[in-house]
Amino acid sequence: MTAVADEVRIDVPVSGAPKRGFLTRLVSRLGNGVVQVVLALVAVFWLVPVFGLLIASLRDESANTASGWWTVFTKPAELTLANYADLVANQAVWQSFLNTFYIAVPATVLVVVMASLASYALAWIEFPGRETLTVVVVGLLVMPIQVALIPVAKLFGALGLFGTITGVVLFHVAFGLPFAIFLLRNFFTGIPRDLIEAARMDGATEWVIFKRVILPVAKPAIASLTIFQFLWVWNDLLVALVFADQDSAPITVALRAQLRQFGTNIDMLSTGAFLSMVVPLAVFLVFQKYFVQGVLAGSTK
Amino acid sequence: MTSRKRSFSPNVDAAPGRSPRQAIPFLLPALVVLAALVLYPLVYSLIRSFFDASGDEFVGLGNYVETFTDPRTLIAFRNNVIWVVVAPAAVTGIGLILAVLTERIKWATAFRLVLFMPMAISLFASGIIFRLVYEEAPNQGVVNAVVVGVHDVFSPASQYPGARPRDGYAATEAGFTAIRPSRAGDTISLPLIGYPPQDVPPQALPASPPTAGTGELRGVLWLDVSIGGRAGAVDPTERGLPGVAVEAVRDGQVVARTTTGDDGRFTFPDLGAGDVTVRLPPENFALPFRGLTWLGPSFITPVIISSWIWIMTGFAITFIAAGLSAIPRDALEAARVDGATEWQVFKRVTIPLLSPVLLVVFVTLVINVLKIFELVFVIAPGSVQSEANVLALQMWQVSFGTGGDQGAGSALAVILFLLVAPAMLFNIRRFRRERS
Repeated sequence: MTAVADEVRIDVPVSGAPKRGFLTRLVSRLGNGVVQVVLALVAVFWLVPVFGLLIASLRDESANTASGWWTVFTKPAELTLANYADLVANQAVWQSFLNTFYIAVPATVLVVVMASLASYALAWIEFPGRETLTVVVVGLLVMPIQVALIPVAKLFGALGLFGTITGVVLFHVAFGLPFAIFLLRNFFTGIPRDLIEAARMDGATEWVIFKRVILPVAKPAIASLTIFQFLWVWNDLLVALVFADQDSAPITVALRAQLRQFGTNIDMLSTGAFLSMVVPLAVFLVFQKYFVQGVLAGSTK
Repeated sequence: MTSRKRSFSPNVDAAPGRSPRQAIPFLLPALVVLAALVLYPLVYSLIRSFFDASGDEFVGLGNYVETFTDPRTLIAFRNNVIWVVVAPAAVTGIGLILAVLTERIKWATAFRLVLFMPMAISLFASGIIFRLVYEEAPNQGVVNAVVVGVHDVFSPASQYPGARPRDGYAATEAGFTAIRPSRAGDTISLPLIGYPPQDVPPQALPASPPTAGTGELRGVLWLDVSIGGRAGAVDPTERGLPGVAVEAVRDGQVVARTTTGDDGRFTFPDLGAGDVTVRLPPENFALPFRGLTWLGPSFITPVIISSWIWIMTGFAITFIAAGLSAIPRDALEAARVDGATEWQVFKRVTIPLLSPVLLVVFVTLVINVLKIFELVFVIAPGSVQSEANVLALQMWQVSFGTGGDQGAGSALAVILFLLVAPAMLFNIRRFRRERS
C-alpha cells in the first residue's frame, strides 16, 4: 500500500485526481455503476407518485374505480382530458383557481415591496434599536402561524375583512415578511459600501440610493424571494381555511370538501390537485435556480 | 465639502446613515403589518389562553390543565413526539447519504431537481398524491397492488375463494371437516355452494356420482346450484369442481391426499381398515389477500411520515450538497493520500466538517415537523384522524373545527409557540455569531 501511495505522489499532476491500482479502479468503477443504479431507482421512486396522480387525472371515474392507474400501460386508450374539461366547466372550482392567483399575486408583491424597503433601512440606515429590530425579525422566522389565527380572525371580523381575499392576503404578507426581510437584509448588507458611500457623496437621498443603487444589484435576491413567497402563498391551505369564505376560497380549500369520499372522487381530486400543481411546477422548472437559492437562504446566508 | 471630509475620516463604524429619521418611511409599512398581525396576536393569544371558551371568564391555567388531560390532545402530543424523534433524523440521514452519492454521478443536478420538486407543490397536493399511493383497494393504491402482487407470488390465490360445503362439514382451522366418518368402500357426495357458476373453470365436466369400489373411498365434489335444481343432489347441468384438494384424516394425521378431477371425482385408493374423516384444506377457498390497511389506525402515522420524507429529502440533499461543496478538497485528498479508505474519509473528515450544516438542516426540519398540519389533514381519512392527530391540527380543530373553544385553542397555540421557542433562540444565536 505504501508503495502505491509513493507511486501516486510521484506521477500525479498537482491538479488531477490520484491514479490508483487496477483493482481499486475496478472496484470504484463497479461501485459507481451501483451508485448510478441506486440513484436512478431513487429518482424513479420519487417520480412514481406524481406520475400516478397525473395518469389518474387523465382517466375517467369508472376507469379509476375499476382499476389502478398503472393499467394505462396495457390500456392507453383509456386516457382522456374529460376530467379537466369538467373541472374547468365547474364554476366553483374555476373561481377558486382564479382566487388562488388573486391571493398569491398581491401577497407576493406586497411582501417584496415592504421587505425591500425595511431591509434597506435595516442594512444601511443607522437608527437606534436597529440591532434589536433585526434580532426580532430573525426570531419571528419560525413563528407558528397558529399563534395568530384566533386573534387575527377576531380582528378581521371587527374590520370586515374576515372571509375576504384582502384578509387572506394581509395575513400572508404578515407571515411572509420575517423571512423576506431576513433574506433581503442579508443580501443588502453584502453590497459594497463604496457604492452607497459614493451615492451619498453625490447628495443622493436614501430613496434614490434604494431605487438606483440597491434594487438593480439585488435583482437575484428579489427574484428568489418573489418565487419563494409566491409558491408559499399559492400552496397554502391553513390560512385560507380559516380566513376565506366560499367565494374567496383558493383551490386547496375548494377541493378539500371532496376528500370525504376519496375512493370514488379520485378522478376529480387528482385532476384538481394536478391543476393546482401546474403553476408551482412551471414556476419551479423555469426558475429552479432562484427557488433553490431562496430555500437555502432561509437558513444559510 | 463636509461629506468629503467624512469619507476621509477613519470611521469604520457600522453602516453609515445620515439621520435616523430617514429610516421611518422605509420601516413603517412592514412594522405596522408585523405589529398588528404577528406581535399583537402573540400577546393576545397568551392572554386569551387564560380565559374560557366564551372569553368572558378568567380560568387561570384551566385551559392548560384541560389540554394536558384531554385524550385527543395527548394522542396529538404522542404523535408529535414520534414525528420529532423519527422524521427529521430520517430525512437528515437519507439526505446525507444521497448528497454524498450524488457527488459521484454526472447527472447530480438532474437528480437533485427531481428530489427537490415535491418542495414546490403544496402539502395539500402531496397529501392527495399519497392518499392515492396508499389507498387500500389493491386496484387503486399502488402500494397495496405491489404488496398483493408479491404476496400472491409466494402464496398463490386460492382457486375457489368463498366456496363452502352445503352441510355436514364443520369449519375448523384445518379446513372444512366432515362431521361423520367414512371408510373404504363408501361413496361421498360433497356439494359446494357460495361460488358463482360463471367462474367455474372451463375444463370442468358434468359431475357424476361414482359407484362404490372395494378398498377405495370414492366421492364427487360439485357446485350445487340450487336455483333450477335439487339442493344436495347432482343435477345433469351441474359441473364438478376440478383441482380441489381433499384430505383423509385418521387420528388427527393426514393419511391420504388427493385432488378432484375435471368431473369433480376423487378417490382414495389405499386407506386400509378403519374410519377416516374427509377434510377440505382451507387453501382451496381462502379469500384473496387484499393488502394492508395503510390508512387505518395502526399505520397512519408512519404513512404520513413517509410522505413528509418524500417532500423534505430534496431540501436536505440540496442543503447538504451545498455544505459538501464548501469542504476544502485538500482536506479530503490529504486523508486519501495518507491511505485512509473512503469510509474513513467520510467518517473522520467529511462528517465533522459538515456537522454545522447538518445541525441547521436538522433544526429546520424539527421546526417544520412541529407545524405539520396539511399532510395529516389530507392523508388521514376522517375516521382515523384522531389517531393521526398532531398539535397543529388539534389547534385548528379545537378553535375552528368541531370544538369552537378559542380558550383551549389559544392554549394550544401558546404551547406550539413554546415548543418552537428553542429553535427561535438557536436562530438568533447563530445569526449573532455569523455577524461577529
